[in-house]
Amino acid sequence: MSDRLKRVDVILGNYHPEKYKILAGAMERPNKDIIQDLIDSGLKGRGGAGFLTGLKWKFAAQVPSEEKYVICNADEGEPGTFKDREILTKVPRKVLSGMGICAKVIGAKKGYIYLRGEYKFLVAQLNDQIDEFHTYCDKLGLDFRVEIFLGSGAYVCGEETALLNSIEGKRGEPRNKPPFPTNEGLFGKPTVVNNVETLVSAMMVCKIGPDQFKKLGIQDSHGSKLFSVSGDTPRAGIYDLEFGLSLEEFVKEFGDGDTKAVQVGGASGFCVPRKKFSQTTIGYKAGLDGDNLPTGGSMMLFNSSRSMYHVLENYLEFFEEESCGQCTPCRIGCQQLKKGIDAVKRGIRPPEYLDQLLKLTETMKITAKCGLGQSVANSFSSIVENFREEMIY
Amino acid sequence: MENIISLTINGIDVSVDRGTSILEAAKKINIRIPTLCYHEDLCVAGNCRVCVVEAEGYRTLIASCATPCEQGMKIKTNTPKVRNARRDLIALLVSEHNTQCTTCYRSTNCELQALASEYNIDNDIYMSILKPEHLRIDKSSWSIEKDDSKCVRCQRCVRTCSELQHVNAITVAHKGKDMKISTFMDLPMNEVVCVNCGQCVIHCPTGALTERRYYDDIWNAIGDEKKKVIINTAPSVRVAIGEMLGYGPGASVTGKMVSALKQIGFNMVLDTNYTADLTIIEEGNELLMRLKKALVNKEEVALPMITSCSPGWVKFIEHMYPDKLAHLSTCKSPQQMFGALSKTYLAEKMGIEPENIVSVAAMPCAAKKFEANRPEMKSSGYQDIDAGLTTREIGHMIKQAGVDFKELIDSDFDSLMGDSTGAAVIFGATGGVMEAALRTAYEIITGRDVPFEKLNITPVRGLEGIKEAGILIDNCLPEWNFLEGVELKVAVAHGLKNARIIMEQIEAGTSPYHFIEVMACPGGCIGGGGQPIPTNDDVRKKRIKAIYDEDAGKPIRKSHENPEIKKIYEEFLVDGPLGHMSHKLLHTHYTKRNRY
Ligand SMILES: Cc1cc2nc3c(=O)[nH]c(=O)nc-3n(C[C@H](O)[C@H](O)[C@H](O)COP(=O)(O)O)c2cc1C
Ligand code: SF4
Ligand code: SF4
Ligand code: SF4
Ligand code: SF4
Ligand code: FES
Repeated sequence: MSDRLKRVDVILGNYHPEKYKILAGAMERPNKDIIQDLIDSGLKGRGGAGFLTGLKWKFAAQVPSEEKYVICNADEGEPGTFKDREILTKVPRKVLSGMGICAKVIGAKKGYIYLRGEYKFLVAQLNDQIDEFHTYCDKLGLDFRVEIFLGSGAYVCGEETALLNSIEGKRGEPRNKPPFPTNEGLFGKPTVVNNVETLVSAMMVCKIGPDQFKKLGIQDSHGSKLFSVSGDTPRAGIYDLEFGLSLEEFVKEFGDGDTKAVQVGGASGFCVPRKKFSQTTIGYKAGLDGDNLPTGGSMMLFNSSRSMYHVLENYLEFFEEESCGQCTPCRIGCQQLKKGIDAVKRGIRPPEYLDQLLKLTETMKITAKCGLGQSVANSFSSIVENFREEMIY
Repeated sequence: MENIISLTINGIDVSVDRGTSILEAAKKINIRIPTLCYHEDLCVAGNCRVCVVEAEGYRTLIASCATPCEQGMKIKTNTPKVRNARRDLIALLVSEHNTQCTTCYRSTNCELQALASEYNIDNDIYMSILKPEHLRIDKSSWSIEKDDSKCVRCQRCVRTCSELQHVNAITVAHKGKDMKISTFMDLPMNEVVCVNCGQCVIHCPTGALTERRYYDDIWNAIGDEKKKVIINTAPSVRVAIGEMLGYGPGASVTGKMVSALKQIGFNMVLDTNYTADLTIIEEGNELLMRLKKALVNKEEVALPMITSCSPGWVKFIEHMYPDKLAHLSTCKSPQQMFGALSKTYLAEKMGIEPENIVSVAAMPCAAKKFEANRPEMKSSGYQDIDAGLTTREIGHMIKQAGVDFKELIDSDFDSLMGDSTGAAVIFGATGGVMEAALRTAYEIITGRDVPFEKLNITPVRGLEGIKEAGILIDNCLPEWNFLEGVELKVAVAHGLKNARIIMEQIEAGTSPYHFIEVMACPGGCIGGGGQPIPTNDDVRKKRIKAIYDEDAGKPIRKSHENPEIKKIYEEFLVDGPLGHMSHKLLHTHYTKRNRY
């Protein structure tokens, strides 16, 4: 592997020989110091939205409440992402440590791991780990219990407020924000929802300190990141890489020599065509259209045998099925986009209709209720703009 | 934390309480923001997105109904960005819609139509994505018609059925493109727990949920020489039908309504209030009988006794508390008493063959249609009521007949079953049955007027969800000595959410009451599922005021003083209240039902 494409072993690296040592250490420290370390580390959520983790914990810590919750988001529904499964299989103790530290900091007594339904096979081994974790909690004087909640297989339930509804036994529909979960989350109580990987990273900040953590990665995107590499690549798998790598380097390493595009961040991410590989860096604020490059960590490579029309059609099919269906722009917009590209392809509508559809994605982006509907524009516009000819013929 | 929030909307300063939404703040300074999923009766959903506005510093537009004001916000409600987005959203809704306004029952009273016309939607932008399977209209229910092809998925009906009514007959099913409003297992409406209250109908912005219409049958009957078509009109219809015919909410148009109904061809226009008075006599006596059995004979009787004149409520208790049916009064509703008497007493008196009578009820209610078709409602030997029409249907009939309603001269109800008292008028508002019953029962027991100024029992009036009152009974007439010193405790609940609270107390054995009035619809019948749309608290209050004004203006305000009521007990129900005849014609029984 090339030098610049540094492979670090932060997330999946070995355990400390002494179980729950980092949690024990955190128990001795004032909450505000831990929060400050997290803020200084610049750690941002790994679930996609990229919110500063330290700040999220701080908000939840500030709200006075007897009841609070920590939720580990392991719904992992983004197509082409399978890194949370890897973490929970290989280093579950790190995840539980992260949850334990968060519980101590915000004052939560109860935690849930919201586990993707397809990962049911992990439940038994996770429960063993949870039992052991509970004995450590008791030893350390941390009044905290964790339970697994098995998801029902809807992609939208990974959205944090839909997830909360789902645990509450309601329909998995995203809620209005505000109120944010840190103020009114599960059962209306202050709640931190963090991605699996975020919790591990938070725990790593406690272990190596913010300065060391910051040394990894580029400005605005600190630490390392797990990437799920798939598609037309001889080396599909999970890679623990430092933030800030350029796509050109990435493709050199993982491509099959014929890569024409990389879909960064799954269906809700962006499609980068070959001509833009060299200008694109992976990380938050990576400069693509001036927007955050979503970092769910999915990297899907396409070679020239792929029709980008079919790629897009697949994504739209995914979205029109997986939208929760409650809001107008997303429920109907997704169907119109799919019907629209089909009509252009068959010549029922002129090629210019694509511009009408691009306008529609603009409406969806600014009016949809949650990130799902808002981010359909990402793949749609990046594919239609970069591969317009493939949409028409 | 500051509790007053200051912000600007379209450059205008406004200060509001913390928690106020941007939509409400805008309303305060008379800026209207269009909405669709929002309804003031319901919790906020924020799903249609039609109400989006621009807020300085925000990446996206924000839904004004669902976003609380924050200090220093700068909101703009009418920028090109907002207008384009809004128009696009409406165009999307139209693309999913079976836009058939020319043949739609809700045309000119439809929120989607109004939005589409306001924004002049070009329906060529998007291709129709209407699903063929949604074109199947569910007409299985006697009361409610469900047309998925006209549904905008605002979930107002779902929120209504769960929040206001605690019934949960309709829910959201499936997700994504298949998301729709459905029932348990997608069963037809007549097979689920729906109580036919029609609250979903008056909260639906479009023609997706409507009452089943029967006015064509009635037109045919009116056109049939052989038939005598008589109609009885419920108290709450006269204070609401004006809204269909050019008046604002709260106009009392009793005399014009009677004239209009005569003009369009009803052979007799009679008053449901008459049988409301009769209900009071029967139900009041039933209550006293139960109290006597309990206190004197020490028999096991079901107390508290609960009113039974609201058919939505009756079906609710049949589904939800099938073991508690003994608490229901056995009295039929005024509509059904009317039906039974119209084909017996009235037929006899007027010399008409009962099979030639078509007995119609003008009701504020959707559940009355189901009630009219209950198999046991045939005690006259015929179907007691042939059709229950809603206020809206009657409004449509009057329009169809070309009647210039506002120019009509008032008429009186026809006689025989047309006289009524103030006590009957107030049946239309929550608390009214209770007040009417107390006016009569107290007088039966003590020989005196109820101890409230001008007979106005104010504790049971108003829109509070559950109201209570206690009346100390003293100086009884000898016959009622066993009640001496008893505090008669009563409660009034409206909206089935509140009925459930009352029933939970009864289940737990903690209910402190002797007598309870329950109306299925919030506000009582004036807010019924068959009333003009929109119905909201502002409108409810105005209709209620009109009801109490009618009562105050009536010369007779106690049911037992209604001369026609006295007469029927002398001439027809000769064995008196709860006697053999009244048992046969005026009382009924109930059916245990499933809970799903
Ligand atoms: C449609 C949708 C699906 C999502 N799915 C996931 C998911 O599977 N896992 C996850 O961690 N976050 C997911 N998110 C992001 C969460 O809403 C939330 O931002 C995240 O869990 C916060 O954790 P973080 O701050 O640690 O990233 C999803 C968001 C959307 C809009
Ligand atoms: S954007 Fe899509 S997924 Fe999100 S709330 Fe709206 S319909 Fe549901
Ligand atoms: S529901 Fe409204 S928009 Fe739809 S057809 Fe009826 S009137 Fe027209
Ligand atoms: S009629 Fe009443 S019970 Fe039936 S679905 Fe509508 S709101 Fe629910
Ligand atoms: S049936 Fe009416 S109220 Fe219910 S979701 Fe559809 S449009 Fe809204
Ligand atoms: S009215 Fe605000 S989102 Fe529907």
